Amino acid sequence: MEKLEGVSLISGLNIIKKFRELNLIIIIILISIIMIILSPVFMTWQNISSVLMSFATDGIVVMGMTIILIAGEIDLSVASVTAFAGVLAGKMFLGGMNPWLASVVTLVVCAFIGATMSYFYTKIKLSSFITTVAGMGIVRGLCFVISKGTPLSLYTLPAGFKFLGQGKIGFIPFAVILFLTVVVFIDLMLRYSTTMRKVYYVGSNEKAAKFSGINTNKIKLGVGIACSFLAGLAGIMYMSKFGAGIPGASQGLELTAISAVVIGGGSLSGGRGSILGSILGIALLSVIQNAMVLLAINVYYQQLVMGCILLLAVTLDQLSQRRASI
Amino acid sequence: MPNVTILEVNGIEKSFGPIKVLKGVNFSVRKGEVHALVGENGAGKSTLMNIIGGIHRADSGEIFIEGKRVEIKNPLDAQKLGIAFVHQEIALCHSVTVAENIFMSAINSSKNLVVNYKKLYKDAADILKQLAPIPPDKKVEELSIPDQQIIEIAKALSMNCNIIIFDEPTASLSENESTVLFGIISKLRKRGIGIIYISHRINEIFSQAHSSDRISVLRDGCYIGTYNVSESDQKMVINKMVGREIGSMYPPKKSNKEGLGTLLEVRNLSDGKRFKNINFKLQQGEILGISGLVGAGRSEIAQAVCGLRDKQSGEVFYKGKNINIKSSWDSVKKGILYLPEDRKVDGLFLLLSIKQNISVMVLDNISKMGFVKKKTEIECTQRMVDALKIICRSINQNVSSLSGGNQQKILFAKLLNVKPNIMFIDEPTRGIDVGAKSEIHKLLRNLADEGVGIIMISSELPEVIGMCDRVLVIHEGNLSGEVTGSEISETRIIHLASDIKE
Repeated sequence: MEKLEGVSLISGLNIIKKFRELNLIIIIILISIIMIILSPVFMTWQNISSVLMSFATDGIVVMGMTIILIAGEIDLSVASVTAFAGVLAGKMFLGGMNPWLASVVTLVVCAFIGATMSYFYTKIKLSSFITTVAGMGIVRGLCFVISKGTPLSLYTLPAGFKFLGQGKIGFIPFAVILFLTVVVFIDLMLRYSTTMRKVYYVGSNEKAAKFSGINTNKIKLGVGIACSFLAGLAGIMYMSKFGAGIPGASQGLELTAISAVVIGGGSLSGGRGSILGSILGIALLSVIQNAMVLLAINVYYQQLVMGCILLLAVTLDQLSQRRASI
Repeated sequence: MPNVTILEVNGIEKSFGPIKVLKGVNFSVRKGEVHALVGENGAGKSTLMNIIGGIHRADSGEIFIEGKRVEIKNPLDAQKLGIAFVHQEIALCHSVTVAENIFMSAINSSKNLVVNYKKLYKDAADILKQLAPIPPDKKVEELSIPDQQIIEIAKALSMNCNIIIFDEPTASLSENESTVLFGIISKLRKRGIGIIYISHRINEIFSQAHSSDRISVLRDGCYIGTYNVSESDQKMVINKMVGREIGSMYPPKKSNKEGLGTLLEVRNLSDGKRFKNINFKLQQGEILGISGLVGAGRSEIAQAVCGLRDKQSGEVFYKGKNINIKSSWDSVKKGILYLPEDRKVDGLFLLLSIKQNISVMVLDNISKMGFVKKKTEIECTQRMVDALKIICRSINQNVSSLSGGNQQKILFAKLLNVKPNIMFIDEPTRGIDVGAKSEIHKLLRNLADEGVGIIMISSELPEVIGMCDRVLVIHEGNLSGEVTGSEISETRIIHLASDIKE
């Protein structure tokens, strides 16, 4: 049973959890099989590596969202922060700064944005929902202010930096390797670290956590910072990948990220969520998105389908929980 | 008008599962009478009223309204029979107007497409005229608590009721506000309405001029008797309420506590709202009770000492040293712990396992380099599970699947893991079975014998008397008295809690 340790941490409904992850894998495989039949392009390495690239960058945002949802809070500003990171780092690079240094500075600024937002929902006791809706608007606004509304062209980025989002080690995109590193790190932290255990306590029952001597505000500050930091990291990777800082980029990414976590077993009321589940969640969404592109489904329908999938996932989750509690 | 019986119940019996809560209760209300119903927690008052109000159904027994036998299957039946219920907790829609609240059920069943506000306000004003000058177009959230209570009464009147049940209406009111309420009750009675009045505050039944005509006493689900208020007194009623032997089921108290030294001293503690100027000392190895009515400020005092609630002024000394506890993590570090009253809301992590619940407070101690030491965690959890005889399949089991008694033991295990110096325990045995209860009582006494200072808050007087070496009694946020050793008795405590001068 030791191996299941991390899984059982997430919820007592071990069996349903295992089923969920298994189910997700089966669904992903099924969709893939159907796509192999329907589209000759699907199984080409070019397609797979492009799916992997966006899966990896979006996946980093999903990791941050997983942590903040486990803590029982939410961050709707991640898409704006992702775009902001690309624009800010790009602007500094165009101003003559070394791109690596610009990236580090940008990540610090993103962490600061996360800290500021968590100040509002811990100390001033606003809801994180409304705080980060405001944050979403403010940060997106900053993107347009900094870039003066036009995408920053960064084709002069040095090859070494472009490698971050475009390079490959062997045949594996470097972005995927970076993503996997983040995944393994966060998963280990969630399973074994003292701090992340406290995140589960806070999300499971904030008052009980406080009564047990946990500094709940400190924990929430930490998850707020982590979420914005990871969104910023994804933004840097996008910038490297596209060689551009796009102020309007990543629109709607926050909803994709929340959907992925919830599909993977996370809960908007906190205390539940796992890295494996969230990865499978974003993998499923990436495959479906790719399938719709390959099948030339109208872009407007794509959003509609994504919405329906989220609704379906949450409904199934609710029903399975209800059955489990009887 | 007097002596016309409007409501009569005979031989009401009711069980919840295996527990019989009403054992053949008789009760009647006359037209234009205020009939007080008293008894300790768990005596069956609320259950009886819920049966009359249609919320529960009796297992056996008869109900008569104006001499006619009736069946009350649900609250709507009760409403049709003219029975209205003013609950302890105010249940109004806060963001709409007074008039809309008063006529909520009328609006709900109305077939008109639009609400005639002009008429609504006028009708509401007509009803309110008899009660208190509250404008009918004001929003409920803008009203004070007593005024909101009056709206509840107005709501009852709008349904043309002739019996109103008040369930502890003064629990959240100050003395002056209570007097206003009694004025209103007296008006209602003059209109011939029969009033049933449940209260824990025995003194107000006697002190408020002509507040009640008769008083009925329940004890442990049994009907003890009905008395004319004019022919009885508080002492007699309290004796009827209590009238039972207690003691043997609790572990023996230690006879000599002298010389162990003061562990904790609280000086002039106030929070500016719920309590003021609280002073007390806690000796090492002592179980000190804090008693008082629900809402008197008992839990708030404990929480303020433990840094869980802001305090306005006052000092806390631990072993003679002035400590300034600002947060729960400060107090946990010093081994001053609080066991919350509502285990599901404030105590347990219901989504997490037994192990994770038990280790939460010692997490930093069983960690190395920022990671939890798995083996140590399992060992110390297993030790607690064995020591407290927690019945479970595995320590990875979810706590929500445990019984109330075992859940309560998990809370204790969580605290004991820390090796506490002082424990504030709030309602430590609420809602758990007798077996687990006595195990917890033994555990508490053992802890005290090992030198832990225990402060126990409990609404169950027998428990307070059976367990505590000394009892502080709180009345409306003030320390109204202290009883020690053989002086501890229900009568003494109830007198102090209701602030009756002897």
